[in-house]
Formats: sequence, structure tokens, C-alpha cells
Amino acid sequence: MIFHAIFFYIFSFIAIISAVMLTVSKNTVHSVFFLILDFISISCLFIMIGAEFLGMIMLIVYVGAVAVLFLFVVMMLNVAQQKNTWFKSSSTSSHIPVGLLVSLIIFFEIIIVIGGWKYKPDLLNSISLNISSEVTNTHSLGYVLYTDYIHLFQLSGMILLVAMIGAIVLTFRRRSGLKKQSYFKQISRERKEGVDLVDVKSKKGVKINV
Amino acid sequence: MFEIGLGHYLTLGAIIFTIGVVGIFLNRKNVIVILMSIELILLAVNINLVSFSMFINDLSGQIFTLFILTVAAAEAAIGLAIIVVYYRNSGTVRVEEIDKLKG
Repeated sequence: MIFHAIFFYIFSFIAIISAVMLTVSKNTVHSVFFLILDFISISCLFIMIGAEFLGMIMLIVYVGAVAVLFLFVVMMLNVAQQKNTWFKSSSTSSHIPVGLLVSLIIFFEIIIVIGGWKYKPDLLNSISLNISSEVTNTHSLGYVLYTDYIHLFQLSGMILLVAMIGAIVLTFRRRSGLKKQSYFKQISRERKEGVDLVDVKSKKGVKINV
Repeated sequence: MFEIGLGHYLTLGAIIFTIGVVGIFLNRKNVIVILMSIELILLAVNINLVSFSMFINDLSGQIFTLFILTVAAAEAAIGLAIIVVYYRNSGTVRVEEIDKLKG
């Protein structure tokens, strides 16, 4: 139990520190690196608490896809070295005290809710989808994901499809003056337009009009 | 102190959520950091769902975490595509200079 506590404190400390560094770091590339560190420590926490499948999926999806996508965009847009103007720029400094105040209030409200909720004892009664100790986490997720939640699962597939098409359509650029194949023209071309049969007279030759 | 319960995980989720909100409020650099702060907020929500799911012994929380992961991936792809298009059109992604709508 004490090792569990020690590991929990290590991972959550790393997660919190990297989240703070993500917010305040001057370089955007460093922010992406701290985002990756945050995801990795949180997925370690998930694996520690017993949700192994979600921890691994977090690693694959977030670190492998999302964070690399962020890194790609940051490096492609050349915004890495833009100067950070925290507490300096006069036009924006009026936002900062109000923003800090509001987020402090949000934090204390959430903490108050958690603290008060701990003293309500009989809230934790779950009857559906119990986690059994015989099958592994991945097995039990698979049992319900493809049966009870199949519609939501397919709907999330549709969301991913729409996101993919949307990203392609948004970043697609039609250049002018570019010679391209027109498949419709190619396919709808017929013999009458393409081929002309001409009787060739002797010693006259053929006049070709293109 | 050494007995890690549900409250510890919820507090961790609350801290990360608040850091994400602070990142959105106080960011003056570029929009990409705001998108990363949104990812942090979704991560905090995932922490809450998974810890509740493990502590009250119910699997639904983990399934909803899967769906949140899906939506987060889609949102990141679309948001980054919008940022790329905006950068191509206006040459900047700084938060102060994005004022075309004059809101």
C-alpha cells in the first residue's frame, strides 16, 4: 500500500509540474513535450489504478497521434520561437488578474465539492456493469463495448470519419494553372470524337486538322 | 496520507482541470497552446471518470473515457486543420492578432 502511495505521488507530481510548464513555457515545442510527459504520467496512473487498456490506449492515441500531430503543426507553422509576453504587454494585462481570480475560484469550488462529497456515505451503489476480478480489464471492456455500447461505438467511428473528411477539406487547396487529369472527360470520350476514318487517295496525302 | 483513495484522484483531476483553464485564460502566445490546454481539460475529465469507475466498481466510466478519447482526437485534428488554414491566410496564429471578427 505504501508503494502504491509513493508511486501515486510521484506520477501525479510529474503530471502537475508538466501541466504548469505546458502553460508557462516560452517555447511552443517545449509545451508539446510537456504535454507528452503529462499524458505519459497520467497513463501510468491509469495502469496503476487497474485500467490497463485505457492507459495503453492513452499512450497510443495521445502520445502516438495527437501529440505528434501538435508537434508537426508547431514545427510546420514556425511559431516555436514567438516571444511570450506574460505580464508585460499593456493591452492584455487587464485579463490576467481576472483570469487568475476566476480560475482560483473554480479550483476552490471543485475542491469544496470533493470535500463535501466525501461525507455522503451511501452514494456509491452501482448495480450495472460490475467489474469482475476473473476477467482482465481488456476482456471486460470488450464484452460490453461491442454489445451494450455498439451504437455509440459506431457513432464514434462516424465522428472520426467526419473529422478526417473535415480536416482534408479544410486544408485542401486548389491551385490555379495546374494541369490535371479529368477522369470524367476521359471516360466519357467516344469513338466518334476520337477516331476519324479517311480514305487516302493515291499521291494526294491526307490533311490533318487538329 | 498513505491510503490513496478516490479523493486523491479527484483532487489530481481538479488541479489539472484548473491548470487547463488557467492556460486558456492567460495565454497570450498562440492558439496551439490553447488547444493543448483543452486537451489537458479533457485529460482531467478522463481521470475523474476512470477513478470513479474503479472505485465504485462500474465499467461504464471507462467506456465513456474511450468515447472522450475519440472526440478529443477528432477535435485536435479539426482544430489543427483550422489553425493551418488560418496561418496560410493571415500569416499569424498569435492570439492578440486574431481579431478579424471584431468581436
